[in-house]
Amino acid sequence: MGFAHMGMDGLHDFIPFNTARAVHTNLLVCWLLLGFMGSAYYIIPEESQNELFSPKLAYIQLISFLAVGVTAVIAYHLNWWEGRKFLEIPRPLDYLVVVNVLAFLYNILMTLFKGKKQTTTSLVLAMGLLFAALLYLPGMIWFDSQTLDSFYRWYVVHLWVEGVWELIMGGILAFLLIKITGVDREVIEKWLYVIVGLTFLSGILGTGHHYYYIGAPSYWLWIGGIFSALEPLAFLAMALFALNMYRKGEKKHPNKAALNWTLGAAITSFVGAGLLGAAHTLPNVNLYTHGTLVTAMHGHMAFWGAYAMIVLAIIAYAMPNLTGRKLYDNNMTRYAFWLSNIGMIGMTVAFGVAGVAQVYMERILGVDFMETQKEIEPHFLVLVLCATGFTTGVILYIVNFFQHGKPTDEALVSE
Amino acid sequence: MLTKSQAKLFFLAGTIIFSVLFLGLSYDTHVNHVANQPYEKTITPAVIAGKHLWEDNNCMGCHTIFGEGAYYAPELTKVIDRRGEGYVKGLLMSPTPWGEHTSGRKMVAYGFSDEDAQNLVEYFKWAGTVDLNGFPAKPKYKIEANK
Ligand code: HEM
Ligand code: HEM
Ligand SMILES: [Fe+2]
Repeated sequence: MGFAHMGMDGLHDFIPFNTARAVHTNLLVCWLLLGFMGSAYYIIPEESQNELFSPKLAYIQLISFLAVGVTAVIAYHLNWWEGRKFLEIPRPLDYLVVVNVLAFLYNILMTLFKGKKQTTTSLVLAMGLLFAALLYLPGMIWFDSQTLDSFYRWYVVHLWVEGVWELIMGGILAFLLIKITGVDREVIEKWLYVIVGLTFLSGILGTGHHYYYIGAPSYWLWIGGIFSALEPLAFLAMALFALNMYRKGEKKHPNKAALNWTLGAAITSFVGAGLLGAAHTLPNVNLYTHGTLVTAMHGHMAFWGAYAMIVLAIIAYAMPNLTGRKLYDNNMTRYAFWLSNIGMIGMTVAFGVAGVAQVYMERILGVDFMETQKEIEPHFLVLVLCATGFTTGVILYIVNFFQHGKPTDEALVSE
Repeated sequence: MLTKSQAKLFFLAGTIIFSVLFLGLSYDTHVNHVANQPYEKTITPAVIAGKHLWEDNNCMGCHTIFGEGAYYAPELTKVIDRRGEGYVKGLLMSPTPWGEHTSGRKMVAYGFSDEDAQNLVEYFKWAGTVDLNGFPAKPKYKIEANK
């Protein structure tokens, strides 16, 4: 897609841009959902001191989720979809997702409530997952009006990433900090409540920042402006919280890779979601940046910092424990972390420069869209170069992942 | 110092208050505001058919409408004002990819039937009438290419 933006759309006849894009964003979301589910399968049994209710159901659920994902990707190539940004999967598959997620929730909630303990960490995580599932539903209603369609689409998209997913992220973050820093659970969980409290305080009405220019009433301009401008507080709290707990902690845990990803997630999410989100959230700025590459700049770093990195953190923490192979403090893990992050920063800058140039040329100077895009093509060369660095980092992470091999029972017993 | 139960109360109270407020405002937006707008009363069957085509072909995967979608191809809310009906209809019915010779980017050659293309045009015309609080902003200048 980067190449297509450079004016080299050679693949167009086989894979047009909209197919590539739907695959790109949907793979991201499916991967993150799988990551969240995997985290829950790891964290909930441990926190509630109970065996997973039904490992068999978990396998069935995993395989069927993957099957739906693969079907959707094939469907996009055949021009079968529901062309609503981020919710592209064709309607019949939506129902399968619902069934699948119900099975997942049943499994997790049974484990949690039949367990010995219901810790704050596990409750926040479970609440995030439950609400995420519920919020998927408004996105499935058909509206004749584009305004209402868009209005309720944000119930899913915004209230996920700037609401309930932050609960999931907070839950995973708290779990990792408890394990890695050794700071007292009570202290960590107190701050967890404060963080998720800030999330909902700002994030729910903050949905208004998507209601400025879609035909909704103008009171959303100030409601959305004020509350979404407060949203970075939750991410700032997350970053300060992680850093402080690390400082307070014993710094003895040997898994440096998991520590890097954990602190990295807390900091990068503040930059990508908090700062870069705030940069275009006020209505008078958003009027010019709405739906430009500026949005793409923010979307990339926010998704990466908040959600991809926290999933990578929990994997980096869990793998050595599950397999007994302690491959966590070597050059490969360090390169994986730094290359992917520096690559992502570069990509964000490239998108940002392209976006700001686009805003000035197209929206202020009145240059035609396609002519503007021609002028900003060089930034997409930078984008592709940085993306190569990013991908190399991610590949190193995956190689390290597979070096761990399969989980062994001895490792679990010795835990 | 803040205790854990105070923190919990802050979270629960905040969640409930703001959820209720949000649902109330959503209701007001939907029922009291949007449903009473003139443009809500002009959604004809052709506009609805156009919206179905818009979604079934994932046009939003390249374009934006109301500023929502992808950033590969132009924003289309005011496309009829900008280009006129005939131009848009021709492009939608074109058997060869649009843009092929003018830029490196091209549009899928949908080759829509006359009826489908007309429905999409009706959908765009309708979208152009919605009151978007000033979006898209009129550019401050109008720059022409130096020939
Ligand atoms: C981890 C959290 C976040 C993620 C993953 C995220 C991701 C995204 C994505 C993917 C979009 C594009 C949506 C679309 O056009 O369909 C978007 C839009 C937007 N985000 Fe975020 N975001 C996050 C947090 C925030 C925060 C905290 C703020 C504000 C302080 C913010 C402000 C905005 C604004 C104003 C837009 C609309 C841009 C436009 O008008 O085109 N975001 N975000
Ligand atoms: C049925 C769905 C679609 C509709 C109704 C549609 C409509 C339009 C319209 C009206 C224009 C002219 C805009 C203007 O010049 O201001 C246009 C241009 C364009 N479209 Fe689409 N489009 C659709 C799908 C796509 C897809 C899927 C792609 C990408 C693969 C795409 C890529 C483009 C490009 C690159 C241009 C600019 C061409 C140029 O003037 O150089 N479109 N489209
Ligand atoms: Fe948002």
